[in-house]
Formats: sequence, structure tokens, C-alpha cells
Amino acid sequence: MTIEFLVASAIGVLTAAGVYLILRLRTFPVILGTSFLSYAVNTYLFATGRLVVGAPPILQGHEAHVTYTDPVPQALVLTAIVIGFGMTAVVLMLALAAYLSGGHDKIDLQEDASEDRA
Amino acid sequence: MSHWIITPILLPTLLGAFIVLAVRHQVALQRVFSLVGLSLLLINAIGLFVHANTGDIWVYELGAWPAPFGIVLMLDRLSALMVLLTAVLAMCVMLYAIGSDWDKRGKHFHALFQFQLMGVLGAFLTGDAFNMFVFFEILLIASYGLMTFGGGTRRLQAGTQYVIYNLLGSTLFLFALGTLYNVTGTLNMADMGARVAAMDPEHASLLRVGAVMMLMVFAVKAAILPLHFWLPESYAAGPAPVAALFAIMTKVGAYAILRMFTLVFPQDAPAIAGSYDVWLMPVIVLSLAVGMIGILGAKTLSKMVAFAAIGSVGTLLIAIALFTPEASAAAVYYVVHSTLATAALFLIVDLVVSRRPQWQDAIRADRPMPQNGLVSAFYFAAAIAMAGMPPLSGFLGKLLILDAATGQWWIWAAVLITSLIAIMGFGRAGSLVFWKGYGLPETDAPAFDHPKQPLAFVAIGALMAGVVALTVLAGPMHRFAIVTASQLYDSEAYVSAVLNNATSESMAHDSSHEKEGTEGADTNEGLLDTEGGAHGTEHPAKATEGEAH
Repeated sequence: MTIEFLVASAIGVLTAAGVYLILRLRTFPVILGTSFLSYAVNTYLFATGRLVVGAPPILQGHEAHVTYTDPVPQALVLTAIVIGFGMTAVVLMLALAAYLSGGHDKIDLQEDASEDRA
Repeated sequence: MSHWIITPILLPTLLGAFIVLAVRHQVALQRVFSLVGLSLLLINAIGLFVHANTGDIWVYELGAWPAPFGIVLMLDRLSALMVLLTAVLAMCVMLYAIGSDWDKRGKHFHALFQFQLMGVLGAFLTGDAFNMFVFFEILLIASYGLMTFGGGTRRLQAGTQYVIYNLLGSTLFLFALGTLYNVTGTLNMADMGARVAAMDPEHASLLRVGAVMMLMVFAVKAAILPLHFWLPESYAAGPAPVAALFAIMTKVGAYAILRMFTLVFPQDAPAIAGSYDVWLMPVIVLSLAVGMIGILGAKTLSKMVAFAAIGSVGTLLIAIALFTPEASAAAVYYVVHSTLATAALFLIVDLVVSRRPQWQDAIRADRPMPQNGLVSAFYFAAAIAMAGMPPLSGFLGKLLILDAATGQWWIWAAVLITSLIAIMGFGRAGSLVFWKGYGLPETDAPAFDHPKQPLAFVAIGALMAGVVALTVLAGPMHRFAIVTASQLYDSEAYVSAVLNNATSESMAHDSSHEKEGTEGADTNEGLLDTEGGAHGTEHPAKATEGEAH
């Protein structure tokens, strides 16, 4: 069992769980689903620079076959984590406000009042 | 070394932070700073436009890191036009928000507005794919605040949907970027384009997957069927000035498609061929049809205009998806028209809502509202422009698009039939809301009084004046559109501007560095602060610095 297989199946399982959850009817599971998806994409981004074990993210020397970890995906994933974290906080607050104000946490909108007037 | 290309991003950033920190509680001061900031932005945008019109592709390296390792900003005719359009639209919308007192209905309207502008302008100016993602997130997170501005159950629920939909879009964007980085090894758009062009089609299946995922992300932004479901509800439930400003948001998606799929993934690159050109046009025609039929089927004016926005972007995307210089020129012309007309319609609907306390924006007859004549005149002018009837610019835009699609009868049929449906929808709604009231029996209820709001009318008048100017100056505008489009299809010019100019300019920069001394260093530090995480993403040395944080 290689590390590539482990990481790939972890991304797959996380994505599958996330997709299942975002298809739910209520906001809480949906938000959990988006979190799962962002874990999946963070792991995916991390893996896009190829998986290298025990090598520094710096080029040392100028030989043709130096082992090193690609640092760019690490920087990308850092940005993605920060943004994903902030976005999750925002959507939680919004969903909470909508729940407290509307009295339910269904994700779909009922036919709205202004259309009833018409 | 000129820095004017970065000021459209820096100015709203600093101004937004200043407003939220220093003048949080004084709405009058916020208005003054907002208007001054927007005026400066407008002057800046005009300057950039004049520069770009010389045909130069201006490449600006953030922190003087040479491309493709550092992030670059890129200004060509198309992005200069979009920046100018955004500045004009923002000015008109801000005047309306002040004139109708919308900005007093909640907190931080002006600060959110500035951050929104920062994201939109950044997305237009960047030449780096991951940086585009960061600016998309900035414009989205500001839009979450603006969309739910003023609160209310309906708006919060629609806002939650909107946020979740866009979170998924962002996740998809990251998947696409990761895939593309893995295949091409770069995030700089011009560099990526050069590598895609040289790629062996036998081994490019992952690249095609990434390109199509990218297209889907932009399709969410541009509201292409079947990814348009977020738009009608959130635009109809959101505050009207915000919906009007968001007329540019769908255009960000359209712009990104035009930029990425001419520069990075052109149809004729062997590694890409056949991955999206087969199905893109049919889904766009379908979303045009859904938008225009929605105009006829909507029960409220707000929903009607939201569907009109989908239809309008659909028309624009038909021109884009033809991917010929001629059609892209039509798209450049139409994008200006579509943005101004959509924004004007959203604002006019808000005038109606605030003047009809009982029925608001429901499409049914009511006693004539205050200022009925003026509001209805604006409505019909904007509706004529939007539906593409002569004599306004919508007609000319559609004419250009049809001309570019000569020989494809089904595109002609779709555009012409949906235009007819839109005219019927607008006509029906307008005659019910504005005219039928005169025939209703008199009632004893006291006449509804409403402040005149001259500034709000000035703002809408300015947008409509833009549409009229676009009609009168159609000749020069079309010539500009043609050179813009031919610049877009000369992708080698971008590659050499970004990659070669980059090295020569950074050397020139090095030599001038001693002379400029502290000034240059200060500017670079400022950039690092505002760009934050995004800036640390590109270069190995930067990346480790980012990790330390």
C-alpha cells in the first residue's frame, strides 16, 4: 500500500462525504459538507506537487536529480486553508442568523410572500 | 516606474479599512469619503484606459519578483475597459444608494462597497490564476455582507443559499487550479498559455479536466445553465443598489471566460481541442432562453430583472463562445451595454418598490405611484435597451452578435425569438404596473406621499445617459472593440510581454533601485501587507516566509 494510494483514497472519501452532505435539506449538514469538501481540496492541493517523503522544500545544489518538495502547493494550501476557514465562519454566522430569524434551518426557500401578494 | 496600475486595487482597500476604522458612526463622512474615493478611482481608470488604448500590454510585477515566479498584474485594452466600466457603475450606484438613503439601512455599507470594488478590480487586473482566485474570494466575501445588508429573514435565507453555492464554486476553483498547476507547473496565465500550446495532446487529459473545471467555476459566476440557480433568488432578495452593482459580478465570470479561454486554453490548441467547444454554445443558448422566458414568467419586478440579467449575460456569452475576433468585438461592445442597462433596471425597480407600499414589486395594477410618469419613462427606456429593440445600444449589440454568427441559423433563431419574448415580458409588466392603475376606480385611501429623491433619479439618468452615449458613439466604440478583440487573440504578445518584458524591466528596475531608494522599498512593503497570503504563494522564498506566519 503506497502513500499515494492512501492520500488519493482519503481525498476521495472526504469528497464523497462532502457531496453527500451538501445534498441534505438543512443548513447544518450542508455546512459540514462544505467543510469536508474544503478538507478534501486542501489535501488535493497539497498533493499536486507530487508526494515526496523526507525532503526539504528548498532546492539544494544544482545537480540534475536533487530530491525536494515543491513548495508552491504548500503556499497555495496555506492560502486556501485561511480563506476556507474564514468563509466557513461567515456561512455559519449567516445560517445561524437565518435560523434565528426564520425559525427553521431548511435550505430551500418557500414561495415568498411577495409572490403570494401577486 | 509607474505604479498607477495597482492604485485601483489599493485605493478601495485603504479607503474601506479607513472607513470601517475611523468613521464607523458618521454616515455623512462615510458618504464624502466614498464619493471622493470613487471620483479618484474614476480618474485613475480613465488614465489607465488612455494608456491601454495605445495598444501596450502593461505588466506590473508585485514586489518586483520576476514572472513567472512572482505575481503579475496585467493591463490590456479589455481589462482597462472593464476597470473603467466598474468605476462608472460604482459611481452611479453609490449616488443612488446615497440619494435613496439605502446606505443608512444598516452598518458598514460604504466599507463593504469599497472592499467589493477591490475584489472586482483585482480580478480584472490580475495576470495570475491563483491571484484571480484570491480576488474572487475577496469580492465574494464582500458580496456576502452586501447581499444580506439591512437584514430581514428573506434576505438572510437567500443569502445563506448564495454563500453556500459560492463556497462550492470556490472549492471547485481550487480543484481546478491544483490540477492545472500539477499539469503545467505554473500559475502565471501567460506562462500557462505558452506551456499549454506546446503540450502533447496524448498526455493532456488532466489538462482538459482542469480547463473544463475552470470553465464550470466561471459558469457559476456568469450564471450559465444549469449553474444559474443562485442568481434569481439572491438578486431579487438582495438590496437594489447591491443588485445593481452585481451587474458587474456576472460580467466578472464572462470576462474570466474570455480571458482564460483566449489566452490560456484557446480552442485551437491541440491539447485542449474538443473539450468544451462542443457543448458550451448549446448550454449558453439554453440559459439565454431560460433567462428571457423567466422575464415573461416572473411574478415580481425584481425576479423579472434578475432573469433579464441571466438572459443578458447569455447573449453576451454567445458572442464570447463563438471565439472569433469578430464575435469577441461584439462581446466587448455588448458587455458595456448589458452592465449599464441591467444596473439601471434594478435601480428603477427599487424606485417602484419604495413608491408602492402595498404591492411593492408585484406585477399587478395599483393606483398610480408618486412620480409615475418619470419612473415609467425610465422603465421603458431601460426595458427597450435591455430587450434589444431599436434605437438603443442593445439593438446594435445584438446586431453585431448576429452579424458575427452569420451562417449559424440556430443562434439567430435563439437570439431573435428570445428577444421577442423579452419584449413581451417587459411590455406586459410595464403596462400592468405603470398604466393600468389609471383605469382603477377611485378609492378613499389617502394618496401615498414619497420624497422626490432627485439624486436617485440623477444616478439612473447617468446610467441611461451611458446607454445613449454608447448608441450615439457606436462607431468609435465598435472600432475600439475590434482592436481590443484582435489584441486578445494575439496571445504571443501577452507571453512576450509577461515573460520577456519581465526580465528586461526587472533589470531596469534594479538599476533604478539605488536612485529611488526608500520610495521603491516602501511601495513594495505596502503591497506585501495588502496582498498578504496571496503574495506569499508564488515564490519559494516567499512561500517559506508565508509558512512562518
